[in-house]
Amino acid sequence: MYKYLIRRVLIFIPMLLALTIIVFALIQAAPGDPISGKIFDPNIDPEVFEKQKEALGLNDPIHVQYWNWLKDVMQGDFGKSFIFKGRDVSDLIAERIGNTFYLGIFTLFITIIVSIPIGIYSARKPYSILDYGATTFGFFGLAVPNFFFGLVAIYVFSIQLGWLPSQGSVSSPGLTGIELFFNKLQHLILPGLTLGLAGTASYMRFMRSEVLDVLGSDYIRTARAKGMTDRSVLYKHTLRNALIPIITLLGFEIGALLSGAVITEGVFQYPGIGTLFLSSIGNRDYPVIMAINLMLGFFILLGNLLADIFYSIVDPRIRYD
Amino acid sequence: MELKPQEAMETNIEVPIKPEKGNSPFQIALKRFLKNKLAVIGVFVLLAIILAVTFAPLLTEHSPTKSNLLLIERPPSEEHPLGNDSSGRDNLSRLLYGGRISLIVGFSAMIFTLIIGVTLGSIAGYYGGKIDAIIMRAADMMLVLPFLVLCLTIVAILERVNVGIFVAIIAITSWPNLTRIIRGTYLSLREQEFVLGAKAIGASDFRIIFKHFIPNAIGPIVVNATLMMATYIIIESGLSFIGFGIPQPTPTWGNMISEAQSLRILRNSPEAWIPPGLAILTTVLCINFIGDGLRDAFDPKSNRR
Repeated sequence: MYKYLIRRVLIFIPMLLALTIIVFALIQAAPGDPISGKIFDPNIDPEVFEKQKEALGLNDPIHVQYWNWLKDVMQGDFGKSFIFKGRDVSDLIAERIGNTFYLGIFTLFITIIVSIPIGIYSARKPYSILDYGATTFGFFGLAVPNFFFGLVAIYVFSIQLGWLPSQGSVSSPGLTGIELFFNKLQHLILPGLTLGLAGTASYMRFMRSEVLDVLGSDYIRTARAKGMTDRSVLYKHTLRNALIPIITLLGFEIGALLSGAVITEGVFQYPGIGTLFLSSIGNRDYPVIMAINLMLGFFILLGNLLADIFYSIVDPRIRYD
Repeated sequence: MELKPQEAMETNIEVPIKPEKGNSPFQIALKRFLKNKLAVIGVFVLLAIILAVTFAPLLTEHSPTKSNLLLIERPPSEEHPLGNDSSGRDNLSRLLYGGRISLIVGFSAMIFTLIIGVTLGSIAGYYGGKIDAIIMRAADMMLVLPFLVLCLTIVAILERVNVGIFVAIIAITSWPNLTRIIRGTYLSLREQEFVLGAKAIGASDFRIIFKHFIPNAIGPIVVNATLMMATYIIIESGLSFIGFGIPQPTPTWGNMISEAQSLRILRNSPEAWIPPGLAILTTVLCINFIGDGLRDAFDPKSNRR
């Protein structure tokens, strides 16, 4: 198994390089070049412009440019933003990443808390009213675009009922301690529910079929035959096996969560990586766009790696050839 | 005594019974599909939506793109049942014409993805070896970035987007999943004897792929194509909603909902943004039902109901 783990970690490195190559190709494909983007003044002396290009290394061969860029990126230097003049891209991202992180954790928490118990119940009492309700919810959850759900949520809970805030991550900057915590939590509820909707629906369906599968297997019949109670059959045999693929899926969920966050954060004007990405796309702020691409790609690869490693540890049945 | 001609005897002669024709796999699938109530309802509702958007000019006489400064954000009236949007355009007519664009984008993106995915998947799965490795590594690389983020980045690079370019972006960024599925199906087909038989009688690679592989993989292809179309409709509306999809004034359902980004419209004119949202929801729901029905219909192991 250690051989497998080492090999799996080693594959991570070429994948990471592939990611940097894609992002670098996207940078090259972007129109203009870093200095002509927003700063370029059409009246600038072409000679000065050439000199600036030379100084920035834009006349170097492409592989040299890639290597220099990669060296910078490894040191956490993603260049400077076009729009927020003179600000480092890494600073801009660092400012926002906390909020996206809270949103992600909150969403995952809700997804798990809701989908797993309902999935288990549906599987134990298939074709009951709650099962039908859960199936209906699942169909709708997967079919409704999350920005539309977000708008409906704002309309109902913020505008009509006035229960929850519709925008931002905090009401006023002056809050501290426990007040700050609850205020932030309040701001997370609607975006979190919106972002978690599709995930909750699909995990619920997945959990249901997984538990049904396990309940039909021979070892469960054996456990029942030897007189175990329903409870211990459920906790000791069923859940342990049914949860393996679910927990693994969570590793892959990171990608879905991050790209879903882009639109959801946009709807709620939640100041995270998603809104930063959207405004950068709108302003064609390429250094920020590329840095976010790189970062998301890195988290996705890391999530896949963790999922694979975890899977090989918890499920001894898989073969490592 | 006169002998009667023995005509009666002839009726006793064994009449050759027509051999009962077995159901073709397609007929079996169709029968299974028709038994799935949700899927059949999905087909009918989707047909109704398609008819409504196709014959939009018969259902409304207003133009979906013509602005009218006098009618900006008007509430519903007899003349304009869903009111007017922020440029004074008729919402009902935008809903109908917008459905056209949304469905066309979803459908053509699906067709393009199918063409790319089936071609690459067929090549990778049939030939194997080096070419397979190259295609699959390329697919892995594409999957490293989240689809939506990659789409948005390409939109930012291109600066100008229209329906054709938009469809191409979706197809170019989303082929890897389909390619993987088709390759996987082919890998198991490749080992079967009828393929060996076809090779032995000298069938060309092209013929084997088209006559033997694709028909055998038609189940997963059709099911995935259906579900892809639903995803693309959501993606299109999402990107148009945040303003990076099909540009205004072309009506799409996503463009209509993007009006609700203004808190005033969100609060005061739910009739402007709820109908397009429900239209997306209904369409996607129908397509998903049809996709599930097809999955059960094509799956030989399924014996639900």
